[in-house]
Amino acid sequence: MEIVTIIFVVSGLFFFFAASIGLLRFPDFYARMHATGKGDTLGALLVVVGLAIYTLFEGGFELESILTSIKIIFIAVFIFLANPTATHAIFKAGLDSGVVPWTKEGAR
Amino acid sequence: MRLIATFIILFIFWMVMAGKFDLFHAALGVISCLIVTYLSGDLLFKESRKGRGKEVVRFIAYIPWLIYQIVLANLHVARLALSPKMSELINPQLIRFKVNLKSDISKVTFANSITLTPGTITADIVGDEFLVHALSQPVADDLLSGEMEQRVAHIFSED
Amino acid sequence: MDVFFLVSSLILGVLVLICLYRVVFGPTVMDRIISVGAIGSKTAALLILMGTIYGRVEMFVDIALAYALLIFIATLGAAKFFRIRKSILPGSKYFQERKGGAS
Repeated sequence: MEIVTIIFVVSGLFFFFAASIGLLRFPDFYARMHATGKGDTLGALLVVVGLAIYTLFEGGFELESILTSIKIIFIAVFIFLANPTATHAIFKAGLDSGVVPWTKEGAR
Repeated sequence: MRLIATFIILFIFWMVMAGKFDLFHAALGVISCLIVTYLSGDLLFKESRKGRGKEVVRFIAYIPWLIYQIVLANLHVARLALSPKMSELINPQLIRFKVNLKSDISKVTFANSITLTPGTITADIVGDEFLVHALSQPVADDLLSGEMEQRVAHIFSED
Repeated sequence: MDVFFLVSSLILGVLVLICLYRVVFGPTVMDRIISVGAIGSKTAALLILMGTIYGRVEMFVDIALAYALLIFIATLGAAKFFRIRKSILPGSKYFQERKGGAS
């Protein structure tokens, strides 16, 4: 069962890494939002689900470990709901405050 | 009826969060759940419509396709972020298009699905016009082909 | 298994440092806000990893949940605030108009 946890956590770390590099390299903040809004959601989801599986099997299916796993899954669901919502809100705020989107034509 | 359902859901959530099943924690939970139900009991179940059950079943059938699309979206962003020729591959643009969805809930589902699928983020909804930021030209063409809109319309029986 | 969790935590810490670069040197205020949000979701995962290392997940999970909630509300509040205060963002057209008018 540890193998499953390792697979989940490592793939989550990969998506976190891609999101951070995208945050550094993309040209303007609308494009950076693509990196954080997607990469962080799936990365956090994978790491947290992997740790929930580890907790469940480490505790040996007793009541306490089952409750802890349910709480960890709650965090995953919350991040999954909250991250796209925050992305919408910041995107709208950026458009309303008049940050001009970067385009290929404008850069030339 | 709505209030009782809200109270039961809140109380189950409290007991999972508390993690101890003795009288003291249960009494605290009853008190706080009553206060929250009294203050904001009309938030959770706003309206009751017919045909909800069918929509829920279809929505659950929609979720695996959505997860597949999310993984595709992440691989797409990761490939763009890690490729050395990134500035040639991307071509950010704002596109504006009309949809045929009518109810609010189907528009919200469609907007969230756009955000989670490869390379696109919903910026604004005005009436039935969507303003979408696309990261490159192929994903914009993908979105305008309208496959996902048909799937969402099928969930809420609007096709 | 402990070593694996420790290495994962270290990698996450380095990623938080990468995001911190955008917080400090980001050209616009919106860059800083999304970087803080990204750091927040990484920290929530990092807290659960730390709880697993110490063997007390049931305590750290509450902290992580409260942290995720706080970061979400802080991000929304900052976005709302800077949506109203239009003129202070460098790179926005309002800023350039004001600067052009002053000089």
